[in-house]
Amino acid sequence: MFAMPVAHGCASGLGGLRAAGDLVARMQMARGMRLGEAKAYVAGRLGVTPFDLSDPVLMNDLRREFGLGHVMTFEMSYPEEPTAIEAKGNIADLLGLEIPSVRLLEGRMHRRARGGG
Amino acid sequence: MRMAQKIPTRMGDGSVAFLTRAEIEADVWAGVEAAVNRAKVPPLGEDEVGHIVDIYASPARFTGVDIGSEVVLSYDGSKIGTFTSRQQDLQMYEQCFAADLVELCHVDYSFKTVKTIVAFEAQTMRDVQLALTVPVQYGAMPNLGLYCQPDGPLPNWAELLPMGKFDEARAAQEEAVEMAAADMIHVGEALAEAGADGIDFDTAGAAGDADFLATLKAAEALRARYPELGIEIGMAGEFVLGMHGGLEYDGVRLAGLWPRDQLRLATRAGAHMFGPAINVDTGKSAAWNVARAITLVKPCMEEATIPVHMNMGMGVGGVPMAAFNPVDAVSRASRACVDILHLDGL
Repeated sequence: MFAMPVAHGCASGLGGLRAAGDLVARMQMARGMRLGEAKAYVAGRLGVTPFDLSDPVLMNDLRREFGLGHVMTFEMSYPEEPTAIEAKGNIADLLGLEIPSVRLLEGRMHRRARGGG
Repeated sequence: MRMAQKIPTRMGDGSVAFLTRAEIEADVWAGVEAAVNRAKVPPLGEDEVGHIVDIYASPARFTGVDIGSEVVLSYDGSKIGTFTSRQQDLQMYEQCFAADLVELCHVDYSFKTVKTIVAFEAQTMRDVQLALTVPVQYGAMPNLGLYCQPDGPLPNWAELLPMGKFDEARAAQEEAVEMAAADMIHVGEALAEAGADGIDFDTAGAAGDADFLATLKAAEALRARYPELGIEIGMAGEFVLGMHGGLEYDGVRLAGLWPRDQLRLATRAGAHMFGPAINVDTGKSAAWNVARAITLVKPCMEEATIPVHMNMGMGVGGVPMAAFNPVDAVSRASRACVDILHLDGL
């Protein structure tokens, strides 16, 4: 358990929610982009360089600015910041992607306003 | 005369071995040669071998890629499996382990068995999607063996083959392909409709060419329905066994395919990520194993049009076959493969 996620994460990982790894992963998953293309795409949307995407200090600031979700920090609260699913709505807008769980959530909401039951 | 310094390194089973730099270099060249002889792939260059030797001849406890050269870490079976719920497991991978994407899965990690509880899996997927920000895929194994007796309805081809009943063995596998593909499509659709960001066909080809064919068929069907669904095909081993021997996908015979040709077919089937798996020889050093793995995967990288996420868990990709893997061995394999292959992910 310890060695795989921690050792790989420290040795070669993009940092997930600590940085921009999840955003790059989304472009690979949804569009089949290779790493260089996916990094360039995400960096362009964020207004940074591909080098910056694994920087947890810079990316944490950007994630909070854009409402992209972030790692919860010990003994701090974030009642005004987006929840996970809300952050994914912001990620979908930023990346120009349709995120399935966001689409499904929106489909389940405001049914009366949309003429549903 | 001064004795050459012995450096602590690892064997393929994770045990410590003290080798000199010259011995490590000899092992690396031998690993390259083993791959060249086995799969008829080009050897690594001297600079690439030199880089592997530098990584493995260091006594440092840990190593890593250059800053800015990090890759996406995708996970199969991202679970703790002991004291937490599956949702909590995924949250820990997101919040504590910096996973770039995580995978929801069931402990009985096969599409056939998941089919019987797919409604519960879909409900769980819906719930975890509300709680996680990183992408969540659903993963399981094609596991064609479950379709033959005693676990399934079809005659057991592994029993028929030694009896010389080749036609019967082939017919059973052909029938199993259709059953397995149908189950994978059913489960894949249910999880996609519940909000999954992707489907991971993990250990494809474990039961041979028929297992791989079923996976390719399922991927093709899901891609036709979901253009932006993440579809990952991760292989079970380095070489597709010809348990049937005559099966083809898109005009290509599946038996005997090495990673580059596996990648080509995964791409044609609509996968958005491909995971080559190179097995570890526990009797050889970690340096020998990683050199062999890199040599076998390098042809993939030269023509990939989709991301290649090399399998680098326990016992594959130069990572020792050890339940409690040493971080020195994992970080060396991680860096060596990313540096030389320019992988898209692990």
